[in-house]
Amino acid sequence: MELTVVKERKNKQTEEQGEKNVVYRTKNLNLWYGEHHALKNIDLDIYENEVTAIIGPSGCGKSTYIKTLNRMIELVPGVRTSGEITYRGRNIFDKSYRVEELRTQVGMVFQKPNPFPKSIYDNVAYGPRIHGIRDKKILDEIVEKSLRGAAIWDEVKDRLNTNAYGLSGGQQQRLCIARCLAIEPDVILMDEPTSALDPISTLKVEELVQELKKNYSIIIVTHNMQQAARISDKTAFFLNGEVIEYSDTDKLFSNPDDKRTEDYITGRFG
Amino acid sequence: MEKLIDKQRVVRYMSSRLLRNNVLKLLFFLATLFGLIVLVVLLYRIFTQAIGWLNIDFLNNFPSRRPENAGIKAGLVGSLWLMIIVAPVSLIIGVGTAIYLEEYAKKNRFTDFIQTNISNLAGVPSIVFGLLGLTIFVRELNLGRSILAAGLTMSLLVLPVIVVAAQEAIRAVPNQLREASYGMGATKWQTIYRIVLPAAIPGILTGSILALSRAIGETAPLVVLGIPTFLAYLPRGILDTFTVMPMQIYNWTSRPQADFQHVAAAGIVVLLVVLIFMNSIAIFIRNKFQKRY
Repeated sequence: MELTVVKERKNKQTEEQGEKNVVYRTKNLNLWYGEHHALKNIDLDIYENEVTAIIGPSGCGKSTYIKTLNRMIELVPGVRTSGEITYRGRNIFDKSYRVEELRTQVGMVFQKPNPFPKSIYDNVAYGPRIHGIRDKKILDEIVEKSLRGAAIWDEVKDRLNTNAYGLSGGQQQRLCIARCLAIEPDVILMDEPTSALDPISTLKVEELVQELKKNYSIIIVTHNMQQAARISDKTAFFLNGEVIEYSDTDKLFSNPDDKRTEDYITGRFG
Repeated sequence: MEKLIDKQRVVRYMSSRLLRNNVLKLLFFLATLFGLIVLVVLLYRIFTQAIGWLNIDFLNNFPSRRPENAGIKAGLVGSLWLMIIVAPVSLIIGVGTAIYLEEYAKKNRFTDFIQTNISNLAGVPSIVFGLLGLTIFVRELNLGRSILAAGLTMSLLVLPVIVVAAQEAIRAVPNQLREASYGMGATKWQTIYRIVLPAAIPGILTGSILALSRAIGETAPLVVLGIPTFLAYLPRGILDTFTVMPMQIYNWTSRPQADFQHVAAAGIVVLLVVLIFMNSIAIFIRNKFQKRY
């Protein structure tokens, strides 16, 4: 009970401070894959140091949305967008906003663990290296800090120079999180990060997300509603390219406003 | 419950199924054997003919009217000179083209058109490339019958093969690796240089070295260019004229004296050894790069 009160107060604070704590503000975003209208009039504010979960059935546009936030969606041929997304007050679709700059601030963890076919060390050092850091001492420090941050340091510290492909799936995914932390991002986007993992690895990643939100804002797409309920502060429910409902996770799962949200979270479809 | 599958029939059908399997297995084995036998016969004939003729003198002598004095020095050195031009020119241009088409170019009608034509060029007869080289390099650019002109012609000949091989190797690199790299703010070039190329290099090199082997064994375009078959001195630079091993062998096989057939066989053995050497370099490099991961 007390916890809810604290949370509400925190949210009120967030609202009062307004613009300051909003990381991402999406206004009237539309997106088309060729003729297919995949995202329709999305309005969504994402707040600092929170975990925002995006749930919805397959094909509802949740992955498309998260990939729009770091403009990875542009790799798909034939994508058009309208509307705007501001990241910390700047429109990411602006011609002057270099996409490499945006992605330095916004890290991404993918559905399938995708380490590079390099050593564990080189995987984590990849980001800093492409941004021009060559000093071995600094790199060593970044690698250790990132691996500790992703709660995998103890498991790999004795074999940093072995191939990352020798790790288990769950370890690979945490390595990918470490690799993402190494560029010292502000936001971490996670696109169904546990869907390819076993329950124990999933649990580890979920615990990690809780730890990470102290320092990062996290947006996580998941098809697992229990996961959203367990780890997120806010949840957005997507259906057919629209945001049906977006509110505090506790509220969305206990007392949803929309009938469709209720049907979905109670397992009546999807 | 009513069964839709009659187990009796399944059992009856079993033996004919297995028989067909074994017959086909035998057929495929014979197909493999056919190629092997032809190769063994060929190698046997060449090696028996070459025995006694293949020695240090053969490698050290220039061609001669007397078969016992004839050697392949001019051809061997000429073929190496040719590679000095063909390898860098075709690799740089070929891999560059493949990178552009796979990583940078937008997929539209124009790139589709280029793509189709590159694949078609790979099937153009080599003599046509010879005529092209004669017109452009030998005559227009006035390079004469030089190593440079021949090297550029051969580069054109093997380019389509290298481009297609490199494209396939680049395409085989999983997209999720590129996404991971872009997702950290890497530029396209950084992603290509640090992720795509290291993963694609074994495939690129295998395809390229096989293409270069083709260039070493190719004769027709050089005949058109007018490269001499009888040369008693070594080139001193890329603008000198030269000869290559297959031209030399072609010349020997057309001599009336029976002994020249032995000289030709010895030349073929040397050519084969060079080809096997090149292919082992390909395998060595491939294994080395794979071990890094």
